[in-house]
Amino acid sequence: MTSTETRTMSLTLNIWRQRDRTKKGKMVTYHVTDVSPDMSFLEMLDVLNEKLILEDDDPIAFDHDCREGICGSCGVMIDGIAHGPEQTATCQLHMRSFKDGDVLDIEPWRSGGFPVVKDLAVDRSAFDRIISAAGFISAPTGTAPDAHATPVPKNDSDAAFDAATCIGCGACVAACPNGSAMLFTAAKVAHLGLMPQGQPERDSRVLKMVAQQDAEDFGGCSNIGECSAVCPKGISMETISRLNHDLLGALRAGAVPSS
Amino acid sequence: MASVATVTTQPAQRRAPKTGRFSNSVVKKTVMAVSGIIMILYLLAHMVGNLHAFGGAEEFNGYSHWIRTIGEPAVPEQTTLWIIRLVLLASVVLHFWAAISLWRQARRARPVPYVTKKRVQQSFASRTVRWGGVILALFIIWHILDLTFGVVNPAGTGTTPYDRLIASFSNIPITLFYVASMLILGWHIRHGVFAATQTLGQTNKKRERAVNAIAYVVATLLTAGFLLVPLSIAFGLID
Repeated sequence: MTSTETRTMSLTLNIWRQRDRTKKGKMVTYHVTDVSPDMSFLEMLDVLNEKLILEDDDPIAFDHDCREGICGSCGVMIDGIAHGPEQTATCQLHMRSFKDGDVLDIEPWRSGGFPVVKDLAVDRSAFDRIISAAGFISAPTGTAPDAHATPVPKNDSDAAFDAATCIGCGACVAACPNGSAMLFTAAKVAHLGLMPQGQPERDSRVLKMVAQQDAEDFGGCSNIGECSAVCPKGISMETISRLNHDLLGALRAGAVPSS
Repeated sequence: MASVATVTTQPAQRRAPKTGRFSNSVVKKTVMAVSGIIMILYLLAHMVGNLHAFGGAEEFNGYSHWIRTIGEPAVPEQTTLWIIRLVLLASVVLHFWAAISLWRQARRARPVPYVTKKRVQQSFASRTVRWGGVILALFIIWHILDLTFGVVNPAGTGTTPYDRLIASFSNIPITLFYVASMLILGWHIRHGVFAATQTLGQTNKKRERAVNAIAYVVATLLTAGFLLVPLSIAFGLID
């Protein structure tokens, strides 16, 4: 085999098709051929969509933006695993992770909090509402302060950065048997709660954000760990423990859980 | 010509969060954790107490009598026993309330099921914890009717605790049901100890191994300890 030759793959895809929020969806079977192992999963869907457009068919809707694994827009359930068999965002998943002749079920995130907009695209504005409930600080911004103006212990800054890598893709909700958004909420609570700037609203923040996650038709956490296992950023279960610790601390301190 | 689908998205209305302390899912989990810990502490005492069966009928019945007279004559007979019973009853009720409430929340959270959903890392213990809890509740009801009241015991009511113990575990179906229930209890506690520690905010990456090890030790200790007496009777080591 010379270097110019590339082995291509053929796949059978069962993809969830749903016209809009109100219609019922169903799985539809498609065949894609000439798939290069170097394509990303989304590029493979692009190829399928071009074919569908040429056939005067409705292309498959899916969310995507940066395709660099940092925006959190993309994400589908690939054969029962959020973002597919590698622990990364769907855009960073390559077709070399699959075999020629594979049959894959492709579904949207399924959650009461993420209504399907169309096909594989879901409305994740519930995450925005969890953030806007209290996921911010009241400290004035302005120009960047001197790096050493507010000293932060190394362990705290590391843990805060680990939590802050959350891109809000929703894989945690999709993978959780309870449909809980606790890993996302915990990451957003932790990355502010560990920093000095996040202290003034630390108690009210955790209470408001958990109340909002409960109100958005997400489930409760039962410490199963599926979320962390599919998180493209590898956010750990420790983050949820920290949220629980903060919430119980806030209640003990007498903070009132209100919106 | 290819048709281009236009989708207009309307952001869902902001849902108002509930404000009550006990509508908070983490608070429900805390209720679950604390009531679970109370029950585990009781089970440890119960398991150790059962071992009196190895001392024979007199010792076992004597232990049973002692439980009913703890604190006498300072307090009337059965006072301590009833305090323990009420604390346990409250724990069971609260544990169930939290479980059912979180179970319903989880059902609302996924109205449309997946066509294909794979397990990536969840343990058997965590997956079976809800139905295991239902089975354990049924077991507890039967267990009290059998060995405390004797209503469903082969030896019947009006017998000594030791008679009821021997009668039950000389019966193969009853022993098998008991053994199965204790295995479920073990798995329930293996997940429960880890989950309670996590819910109370006490786990972190460094402690994870230790917490899991403690969960296994407590679960194994309770299951093995509770199986010791019935299996000894079933195999004729105690009669």
